[in-house]
Amino acid sequence: MHPTSSRTYLDGVRAAAPIGVAALAFGLSFGVLARSAGMGRIAPVVMSATTFAGSAQFAAASILGAGGGLVTAIVAAVLLNLRYGPIGLSAAGAFEGRWWKRAVTAQLVVDESWAIAQRDDGRTDRHLLVGAGLLLLVTWTTGTAIGAFAGDLVADPEALGLDAAFPALFLALLWSQVRERSKLLAALGGAAIALVLMPFSGPGVPIVVASLACLIGGRRSV
Amino acid sequence: MSAVWICVLVVGLATVAIKAAGPLLLANHSPPPRAQAALEHLAPALLAALVVTQALGGDNGGFAVDARLAGLAAGAAALLLRAPLLVVITAAAVTAALVRLIT
Repeated sequence: MHPTSSRTYLDGVRAAAPIGVAALAFGLSFGVLARSAGMGRIAPVVMSATTFAGSAQFAAASILGAGGGLVTAIVAAVLLNLRYGPIGLSAAGAFEGRWWKRAVTAQLVVDESWAIAQRDDGRTDRHLLVGAGLLLLVTWTTGTAIGAFAGDLVADPEALGLDAAFPALFLALLWSQVRERSKLLAALGGAAIALVLMPFSGPGVPIVVASLACLIGGRRSV
Repeated sequence: MSAVWICVLVVGLATVAIKAAGPLLLANHSPPPRAQAALEHLAPALLAALVVTQALGGDNGGFAVDARLAGLAAGAAALLLRAPLLVVITAAAVTAALVRLIT
């Protein structure tokens, strides 16, 4: 059914390499932050390898560290990760095989691997997704381990401007998506919803609600 | 079990479930055409929301305008010049770093 992909897992690794550098640096700073927040050394590394979602992990660690309470930390982290509901729907066509195989492969979805795997025909490329996801999982978890065990050596990723690499990556990938008018409208709608909600809602909610802008596509008669 | 490990476990399990939900729900049947058309517009809507929240989001919700915005502008300029992805990302990071250095 799907057009066969000419891209390989290695293409995914290559495409994710520059953002992998940023993931390593932010993994480092997560390890340092989590340790100073009282999470110890092992728990942050386990969290990076299993939860594998940067913003939720930073939120949970900083809330625990500030004495904000276990429930608040969990709710904030889960809210931040709710966007993987719509993101998973959008990527669903990229997975194949038995249910457990689909469920395991789906764990490699993070914002960056999913974004890199977007094809011009509107589908998600499985090879790019898996290659990019594996590279990011390894760099993120390795960075966390270095930060948690040898945190004193670390440079501040924000001083290197690496936090600006992420919106630029998403903009670049959006750029190749909006050739059709309806997709441009969906993008503008998503951005507008996020902008309106950001002052009022906790982090995480704006992205989830912004996904409703995709209905612009469903309204057109095909 | 300590609060830290409960947090790691619960957030981990919830994230695994959320990530698996879409691929399992849409496992063996193609959605109807209109739903498929909406799904194809999820990517631009989500990517645009990610650009906005990653460039302007504050630590605890709300807005924070800082060097990331200058970095994003540099990335956009590189895109207009048809630069490859690596150049776009590097231009954004270097610009943000320079802005932080001089402010």
